[in-house]
Amino acid sequence: MSGGHSSYTPSTGIEKWIDARLPLPRLVYDSFVAYPVPRNLNYAYAFGGILAIMLVSQILTGVVLAMHYAADTGLAFNSVEKIMRDVNSGWLLRYLHSNGASMFFLAVYVHIFRGLYYGSYKAPRELLWILGVIILLLMMATAFMGYVLPWGQMSFWGATVITGFFTAFPIIGDPIQQLLLGGFAVDNPTLNRFFSLHYLLPFMIAGVVVLHVWALHVAGQTNPTGIEVKSKTDTVAFTPYATVKDAFGLVLFLILFAYFVFYLPNFMGHPDNYIQADSLKTPAHIVPEWYFLPFYAMLRAITFNIGPINSKLGGVLTMFGSIAILFIVPWLDTSKVRSAVYRPWYKLFFWLFIANAIMLGWLGSRPAEGLYTLFSQFGTAYYFGFFIVIMPLLGLIETPRRLPNSITEAVLAKTKSGGQLAGVAAAPETRA
Amino acid sequence: MKKILLGLAAAGLGTMLAFGTANAAEEAHNAAEPTHFPIKEPAEVNWSFAGPFGHYDKQQLQRGLKIYKEVCSACHSMHLVAFRSLEELGYTEAQVKAFAAEYEVQDGPNAEGEMFTRKALPSDYFPSPFPNAQAAAAANNGAAPPDFSLIAKARAVERGFPRFVFDIATQYQEGGPDYIHALLTGFGETPPEGMQIPEGTHYNPYFISAKSLAMAPPLQDGQVTYDDGSPQTLSQYSQDISAFLMWAAEPHLEERKKTGFRVMVFLVLFAGLVYVAKRRIWADVEH
Repeated sequence: MSGGHSSYTPSTGIEKWIDARLPLPRLVYDSFVAYPVPRNLNYAYAFGGILAIMLVSQILTGVVLAMHYAADTGLAFNSVEKIMRDVNSGWLLRYLHSNGASMFFLAVYVHIFRGLYYGSYKAPRELLWILGVIILLLMMATAFMGYVLPWGQMSFWGATVITGFFTAFPIIGDPIQQLLLGGFAVDNPTLNRFFSLHYLLPFMIAGVVVLHVWALHVAGQTNPTGIEVKSKTDTVAFTPYATVKDAFGLVLFLILFAYFVFYLPNFMGHPDNYIQADSLKTPAHIVPEWYFLPFYAMLRAITFNIGPINSKLGGVLTMFGSIAILFIVPWLDTSKVRSAVYRPWYKLFFWLFIANAIMLGWLGSRPAEGLYTLFSQFGTAYYFGFFIVIMPLLGLIETPRRLPNSITEAVLAKTKSGGQLAGVAAAPETRA
Repeated sequence: MKKILLGLAAAGLGTMLAFGTANAAEEAHNAAEPTHFPIKEPAEVNWSFAGPFGHYDKQQLQRGLKIYKEVCSACHSMHLVAFRSLEELGYTEAQVKAFAAEYEVQDGPNAEGEMFTRKALPSDYFPSPFPNAQAAAAANNGAAPPDFSLIAKARAVERGFPRFVFDIATQYQEGGPDYIHALLTGFGETPPEGMQIPEGTHYNPYFISAKSLAMAPPLQDGQVTYDDGSPQTLSQYSQDISAFLMWAAEPHLEERKKTGFRVMVFLVLFAGLVYVAKRRIWADVEH
């Protein structure tokens, strides 16, 4: 797909026959075998592949779980327990699915941070980045609705709080909320539509993933230097080089995944969700799943009115804005240099951004009172400041370090200082 | 990548440490009118089912079942647990059948359209002591006793930073049984001076949501007779019932941990093989 030139040569009769009618093998060969990738990709680049596997894993476990699940407020909680107790390997499926959601978000956050660090969103990859943000939004909607399905206390009250956000909008707020709920409160119609959408959205994600990968294969992958591929020596073939490296990263990730599934399956969940939903008993603290906590902290950080915008609407706008701002990141960054490796100041602010995101996550799990609110406000200010102030300004005033002329030069400089033989690397593709 | 992970870890730890101290300062509270519960943290009990090779002690579960049957089941239902699953406690099919037959369950309607009661079968679930939640509440001072099927997973005292991070390494998942054990052994302490205990409730500094609860101390030394020679003490009772409730909430725990070990061994070996393959393939390419 990249560059429009194909190196696929069908050798057998049947391959030629298929290639003349539907060149699917050619597409696969060009995209996942011969496709050139920069030779200097590190393991941070393995997360795209990991995410694809996680999506498949979630869909497979989810489809089987749906065979045993009953989307009815009177049955849902017990049907999940039936899966845990009586369905063959049901406990495994359900723990894979619930922990899989957490792992999916862990991977997507690393993937996004990698993009921010190496400037992967910059031209000509703006659409690639935007498609990624759309996937993130779809993932969030899917995860939120999935968390409601077991019909525990946090399911119910989380749904009540989150759908309540929409009432902050004047005029259209209440109708939107009623449309989401299928009524005036979280109840059976809500559960039914959430189940329906929870089953639908993953396939929409899969669709956008296809576009995301397509856009990636048109522009080509970035790499830690941020320099575009210039010659054949800059790249290696996707298979076997990237496949085996991605596979190793994937297996390591699966070890982490399995560790949680088999030894800490309820670590990331909330105990209250093992209590059946009760519309008359509000839990002491309603907290979302960990992957929403930074956004939840920003929502609650707005405790003051801004002109005509009251604090509730302000909080909701801040929360939606924290995702929406990602869409324009390619145009907020004014730097001519892509990778943080050559941008000392950006690197510093980037790590502060990570620390800030983790801090916001922790604050999101705390009650909204006293010092916590104050820190959340600082955290929110830095989150937006990073995108709105630091990104545009830094690109104009920062003096980047000297860039190597090519990926090959960067790689050879590195290995030379490492005291290794650099000569063999001149033309990696010619070597067996 | 290594740098990124290290940076992440350092950034996270640094910020959270700073806030951990802020947190501690905030939680300094008035002894007479505490605002954060439980007042005291539960002690960590050494459970047989903890850790990567954890397994249930069947003798202990049988003792726990006896306590549930003789004491707890007077008020607490356990409607998700079927008699048939008691075979996992080491009972034979015939023993389970006999155990179930001690209970009466409602069935029907019969051919005449009448509901009737019959002896429970292994396929039946533990019958509930009250017909509905309202009846349970009415008989218990307005607070319906919670169902016990999942209680060991539905209760856990928040671990707080930095302990929840270490819990990943130590595989601490026993917050539920630790809490139940602490609650059962935590009655009988005198409340701090000046604390008002509402009438009809019982002070317990380990209770998760208030300073006192409606339940009276349910277990005393010597209350339940053990036939396996175990000490008939409150401490032993509390451990046994907590272990039993953990089993009731997570009956496949042993199977899960055993499967987990095989999966981990496979994945680690597989990772090694893939790594060797990766080294071979990349051997000629500087990167």
